[in-house]
Amino acid sequence: MTNTNKTNVQSGTDKQLREAIASTDRPAKPNPLSSSLTFASRALLRIKHVPEQLFDVTVFPVIFLLMFTYLFGGAIAGSTSEYLQFLLPGILVMTVSQITMYTGVDLNNDITKGVFDRFRTLPIWLPSALVGALLVDTVRYTMAATIMMVLGLILGFRPEGGLAGVLGALILLLIFSFSLSWVWTTLGLIMRSEKSLMMASMMVIFPLTFVSNVFVDPETLPSWLQGFVDINPISLLVTGVRGSMHGAVTWEQVGWILLASAIITAIFAPLTMYMYRNKK
Amino acid sequence: MNDNASKQSTSNLAVEAKGLVKLFGEHRAVDGVDLSIQKGTVYGFLGPNGAGKTTTIRMLSTLLPIDGGTATIFGHDLATEKKAVRSRISVTGQNASLDEDLTGIENLVMMARLMGYSRKQAKARAKELLSAFGLEEAKKRQLKKYSGGMRRRIDIAASIVVTPDLLFLDEPTTGLDPRSRSQVWNIVRTLVSEGTTVLLTTQYLDEADQLADRIGVIHQGRIIAEGTSAELKASVGSGTLHVRLVESNNRQRAIELLETKLKASVQRASDPAGFSTQLTDPGLAAETLGELAQANISVSDFSFGQPSLDEVFLTITGQPVEEETR
Ligand SMILES: Nc1ncnc2c1ncn2[C@@H]1O[C@H](COP(=O)(O)OP(=O)(O)O)[C@@H](O)[C@H]1O
Ligand SMILES: [Mg+2]
Repeated sequence: MTNTNKTNVQSGTDKQLREAIASTDRPAKPNPLSSSLTFASRALLRIKHVPEQLFDVTVFPVIFLLMFTYLFGGAIAGSTSEYLQFLLPGILVMTVSQITMYTGVDLNNDITKGVFDRFRTLPIWLPSALVGALLVDTVRYTMAATIMMVLGLILGFRPEGGLAGVLGALILLLIFSFSLSWVWTTLGLIMRSEKSLMMASMMVIFPLTFVSNVFVDPETLPSWLQGFVDINPISLLVTGVRGSMHGAVTWEQVGWILLASAIITAIFAPLTMYMYRNKK
Repeated sequence: MNDNASKQSTSNLAVEAKGLVKLFGEHRAVDGVDLSIQKGTVYGFLGPNGAGKTTTIRMLSTLLPIDGGTATIFGHDLATEKKAVRSRISVTGQNASLDEDLTGIENLVMMARLMGYSRKQAKARAKELLSAFGLEEAKKRQLKKYSGGMRRRIDIAASIVVTPDLLFLDEPTTGLDPRSRSQVWNIVRTLVSEGTTVLLTTQYLDEADQLADRIGVIHQGRIIAEGTSAELKASVGSGTLHVRLVESNNRQRAIELLETKLKASVQRASDPAGFSTQLTDPGLAAETLGELAQANISVSDFSFGQPSLDEVFLTITGQPVEEETR
């Protein structure tokens, strides 16, 4: 009775099946570096299979830069080329900090789809799933930044700080983006669906990026708004990045960026880790 | 072997749980479940949607903290020795739990790498599993393009990259066609023959019957009946005989005959010539038909089937399955 239920198709591979199941010795568990790299290669494979996700780091920055330069350049700074010198560092910061949201979205997807549960029962250093994803994120940020810089140079952007200034600016940007990612992973663990996560993330990121010094000099704003713009960490970052690219950055500005990054990381990284381990 | 007496007494148990409780707010999703699973056996959790099967599995596999009771997995305490427990178990969840955008082989290589295999070993192991599970041809396809049966098989393959001592399978065949079901059954049987203990959940009595050494019927977070398949059937009846007569006029006479001679309880079908009766032993089916023939009542057709989950519940709880709406 029992055996007649086996299908013929399967019986050809019965021996193989038995061998595959019997053959394993448990290897030593992977070290944190190796498991992080495995998760990083997963993220790279996802980019390979779903290249559309690179739209955010390629097409959107280009559209933004062109749009804002030619739309507002004349009105705000009198000339587009002058405005570009001011705008490019700001738009770069805005784009990259918006891309950081996707770490949280990916994590949230893993949770709703059950992939997260599978990882959690593995004998690995759990944070490696996040570390791997964040590693690949820096690749994305660098990509977005490179595309924008190249386009900017073509359009007439002339960084007075030279190559060193630009690289310094990128490093500041990467450090801050890394810290900001933890905010989204925290939200990604709290929110029940991708939709609500996107809503929540937008509500954080849009005020932060638009009510800042990305587009305009805060001097022109009403004073109550200026207060917010001045303490907005995105503004601090824009000031530093702009300063560095044009060779006018101060150590104080750099210090503020590092401090803001450290504070954000110190709050949200442990919070993410705690919730990650204790997710219900 | 072990100087600790209590540990020794449980040494042939893969799972031992006492009074497991899980609360979601006020709702007691799991409400005092006791469980003993012998090493190397299959335990079947049988229950309708919302009964608490998944929640129990998630607690036993360290994914959900327990709110009451205790449990040990191979002697390791679930609450305090999570790491040790995780190194012995593997879980195939109710929902797909691999990366749908990646191909079959990429997923298995990833899992093998995460288990600690070198790159080369991981590739070899992934290939071995893919061909053993009949997925050779689909290995370069993204999982989102897999059929339901293939999805299930690769999910299980990913769980046994390193053969676990205890495998949790949450509704491994729900929604599968019969052929895919028997493929999954075959995998489960092979795993068990190689020494793995399996805890599986199902909504089908025949599946529990086919695979499980012991069955626990779970309802509203409690185990309401437990035993071997034979024991369970002895208490709920081993099946239902459906009969259709040639002449509907004879139905009343047939029912009275069976009720007096065989002490069977008979239900009238909506078809005026049809009726059905629960039997404690399949052998009684022949006897029933024999009685009808002797009384010159001709039967146009009949069928004998295992009791459905509905019938099991009807017998045990006195009420039909009611899916929880929460
Ligand atoms: N995360 C959760 N939050 C609140 N209620 C839940 C949660 N998970 C499950 N439940 C409830 O617990 C009960 C048992 O669910 P579950 O274990 O999934 O049942 P089964 O797997 O047997 O279908 C159901 O009433 C379900 O609605
Ligand atoms: Mg379930």
